[in-house]
Amino acid sequence: MREPTWFRWTRRIGLALLLLFTLLPVYVMITTALKPLGDVQNNFRWWPSHVTVRPFFDMWSTIPLARYFVNSLIVSCVASVASVVVALLAAYPVSRYRFRGRQTFSFVVLSTQMFPGILFLLPLYVIFVDLGNSTGIELYGSRIGLIITYLTFTLPFAIWMLVGYLDSIPRELDEAAMVDGTGPMGAFLRVVIPAATPGIVAVLIYAFMTAWGEVLFASVLTDDSTRTLAVGLQGYATQNSVYWNQIMAASLTVSAPVVIGFLLLQRYLVAGMTAGSIK
Amino acid sequence: MVDTIERSAQVAAPGTPGPRKRRRSRGGLLPYLLLAPAVLFELLIHIVPMAVGVFISLLRLTQFYIHDWRHAPFAGASNYRVALNFDHATGKALLHSMWVTLAYTVLVLAISWLFGMAGAVFTQHTFRGRGLIRTAFLIPYALPMFAAVITWNFMLQRDTGAVNHILVDQLHVVHDRPFWLIGQNSFFSLVVVAVWRQWPFAFLIITAGLQSIRSDLYEAAALDGAGVIGQIRYVTLPMLRPVNRVLILVLFLWTFNDFTTPFTLFGKSAPHQADLISIHIYQSSFVTWNFGTGSAMSVLLLGFLLIVTAIYLSAFRRRDDDYA
Repeated sequence: MREPTWFRWTRRIGLALLLLFTLLPVYVMITTALKPLGDVQNNFRWWPSHVTVRPFFDMWSTIPLARYFVNSLIVSCVASVASVVVALLAAYPVSRYRFRGRQTFSFVVLSTQMFPGILFLLPLYVIFVDLGNSTGIELYGSRIGLIITYLTFTLPFAIWMLVGYLDSIPRELDEAAMVDGTGPMGAFLRVVIPAATPGIVAVLIYAFMTAWGEVLFASVLTDDSTRTLAVGLQGYATQNSVYWNQIMAASLTVSAPVVIGFLLLQRYLVAGMTAGSIK
Repeated sequence: MVDTIERSAQVAAPGTPGPRKRRRSRGGLLPYLLLAPAVLFELLIHIVPMAVGVFISLLRLTQFYIHDWRHAPFAGASNYRVALNFDHATGKALLHSMWVTLAYTVLVLAISWLFGMAGAVFTQHTFRGRGLIRTAFLIPYALPMFAAVITWNFMLQRDTGAVNHILVDQLHVVHDRPFWLIGQNSFFSLVVVAVWRQWPFAFLIITAGLQSIRSDLYEAAALDGAGVIGQIRYVTLPMLRPVNRVLILVLFLWTFNDFTTPFTLFGKSAPHQADLISIHIYQSSFVTWNFGTGSAMSVLLLGFLLIVTAIYLSAFRRRDDDYA
């Protein structure tokens, strides 16, 4: 059917407005990062009075950005890789075996997703401090504490996504491998994991993005030396002057890896994410 | 809780039966061995802290006991009484925060869904540049939330921000430069920023949902004389029901528990008019170091969310039965 004219124009105007709304902050972020300090201390301007890349150099010395960056990188990388490994190990039996407790496990793990983060935060803080006092294992203020926290947060979705993915891999594949003489673990390692690579990549990005952007727990469970970007970036505002151009440069720099990763791999991610909702 | 895509984990949560399969073997001990790490982490970070949280809510856990919480005096239900005494300052503030959060959630949810629906329907049929537009729509979702919200914070500055520049200097709709991050306006700022962040998720899920609608349904509706509106009303919306049911629940929980947006936009102390529940509990716990009351509030919040979810799911089930 041909599209009526009124609808075509509604569509065009609607899309234009949505694009404007979506891209305005992105535009402000990029142009502000290229402005000299004077431009951001006075009335807003759409274009820099002169384009400069100084903010991208200055931002490293206003706050210990490099340290935050390294912290975020370590925490996010370790947490996401560990999350994928643990989730794969759990997803395999859930997808392939019928054992007692399978339903309970899936239900409990998924239902933890709806709980407000603040509910876990207070006890987790108390437990971490207590563990440090009584056993000497310093989880509070350490990267390890943050890593296991993030790893666990991403587990439910990671497991759910991977179970969906493993279910779509024909069982005949692992059966054939087992006939060839490898055990169930051999089939898992040599057949199932290679076939599940797109799902694994998707879970990896998701877990990385979650850890990279998490604020609530990072604001409480880190100290000066382990602070991550998500919390550290607020440091620009506590200086004598607010270096908006540097903040935008820093925001752009810390966003680049995840945005590029997301846009390059969105196909995997979207397929994995929506698999469950559109059955 | 944690931002980004994990919300869609809940997509499968409520009562979706797993795909039916052929017989599975039981596998002896192997499944439990493989599950052990996941169970261990879940226990350590989710289950045990939750139990401890309920326990703490029964203690008088203030700054004097924070490093030795097991010796904090038992308080019974007094934390709950304080939190629920709406004549008193603490209870009144909690009730106020609940109302603010509810209004915020309903507004953000409704607008995000509407935008997502519009964006998805408008890009349903191919045209030149569609791929680019879809990618652009996903950018707010791909950006780390804290970086995006900081940008909004800059745009909403009274003297140097883009929003006042557009409204006051260029469009002349207002005369005095309004404050956007304090006072009554802060609530609307919060809503706008949250919608900006969330509607792409609705767009993504609805777009995926639209792809599963067979085109002959539209053709049949068109033959029956349905125009664009009729097709949306009689084909698109009914076919999206299962997707919408889950999407709305996920968006609701996500928005209700949102912490990153207010925290990054306002810092540790949100304006009274935009005092969302998560930041309210955070503040009453870590600013005043009264963990007992904070935990009691968290438990009450969880109870509230469980009840809302249960009512929502059962209401949907009953309506679906009516249709069947």
